[in-house]
Amino acid sequence: MPSTLAAGMGQFLRRVGAGTARFIGRLGFAARFFVAVLAHSPGAFRRIQLTLREIYFSGALSLVIILVSGLFVGMVLALQGYDVLQRYGADESLGVLVALSLVRELGPVVAGLLFASRAGSAMTAEIGLMKATEQLSAMEMMAVDPLARVVAPRFWGGVVSMPLLASLFSTLGIFGAYLVGVKLIDIDAGAFWGNMQAAVDFRQDIVNGIIKSFVFGCAVSLIAVFEGYDANPTAEGVSSATTRTVVESSLAILALDFVLTVFMFRGVGV
Amino acid sequence: MNRSTLDLWVGLFVTIGIGAILFLALKVGNLTTVGSPAGYRLEANFDNIGGLKLRAPVKAAGVVVGRVEAIKFDAQTYQAVVAMRIDRGYEFTSDTIASILTSGLLGEVYIGLDSGGDTKMLGDGGKIAKTQSGIVLEKLIGQFLINKASEGSAK
Repeated sequence: MPSTLAAGMGQFLRRVGAGTARFIGRLGFAARFFVAVLAHSPGAFRRIQLTLREIYFSGALSLVIILVSGLFVGMVLALQGYDVLQRYGADESLGVLVALSLVRELGPVVAGLLFASRAGSAMTAEIGLMKATEQLSAMEMMAVDPLARVVAPRFWGGVVSMPLLASLFSTLGIFGAYLVGVKLIDIDAGAFWGNMQAAVDFRQDIVNGIIKSFVFGCAVSLIAVFEGYDANPTAEGVSSATTRTVVESSLAILALDFVLTVFMFRGVGV
Repeated sequence: MNRSTLDLWVGLFVTIGIGAILFLALKVGNLTTVGSPAGYRLEANFDNIGGLKLRAPVKAAGVVVGRVEAIKFDAQTYQAVVAMRIDRGYEFTSDTIASILTSGLLGEVYIGLDSGGDTKMLGDGGKIAKTQSGIVLEKLIGQFLINKASEGSAK
């Protein structure tokens, strides 16, 4: 019996070791891929039309989902926030609550999650399918570098779109909170905006929120193009790569958000 | 897709995106005072500033007339030196009393200015001589307990 136990144990450890090695290998590949994308970026900017097309696909076409979700998140936040704040007689601080939570956290994070599922998955599926139908190899045959022609424009399109989408999300959220708070619940409009303006700091809150969304944009776009480029060139491979993109970029956004928040807001109010 | 329609959409998207950032900066963050800080500076010494913070409002008759710009500790007099930036257009007499107040029990701490009857006005860098410290709740409770105890022993 002990010998089978030891054998099973050894097999388990071997599997863990192989998994770890594969993970580190992929991480190294992704890092080198990132450097290669950056190196091919000047080409994407020289043919700006390619990048504009990707901004259109990942940014302009995501507008509807971002605007509608922002509006509803803001309205729900206002209803729930009012319910708690009015117990302490602090319902005039509703604007502060909504603006700070949207600008600092919810705007970048929720917009990032939506962006990952709306645009990141599409990027992966597109590049993966190009690989599966050997379009990428065909480009290489014609001496066109797929990194410069396909990957870099998509990466930069995502990086440019993400901060704009997050700002729009926060703006619509604050507008939604204004609708519910001022128009529906009848909080004084002056107190709503005045307290908000007194509490929100441009450098500390808004710029940090934009930096966050920029970092999320880089992370999601990199994961999306990497998973697409790395996908197995089969129907199944593309589908699992798309799933991986959504899962990995959501986890990356939440983990990066924690790290960034620790660095940005550790000393708030001191 | 037609190239000019694509340009139009991207242009629209980028424009409203930048518009959103501007909205956040101007309407939410109130970034209108950056650059040259308008107004003039007043200083006041307090024995205790309570929970006063930077950028706290300075109010006269309940109207915000400026903001707290800097808070320092003066090691010579053991007092807190509070610098305020008062908006242009508001002037206060030289016998103005500055007091540290709290709006409501849990509300924000601010500085209230009460003008006197003097005809001389405070200019830039002026010092407010008469001040009233903030209320520290713990001290107040301590005082209350001591009073209660002395009442009890007197009986």
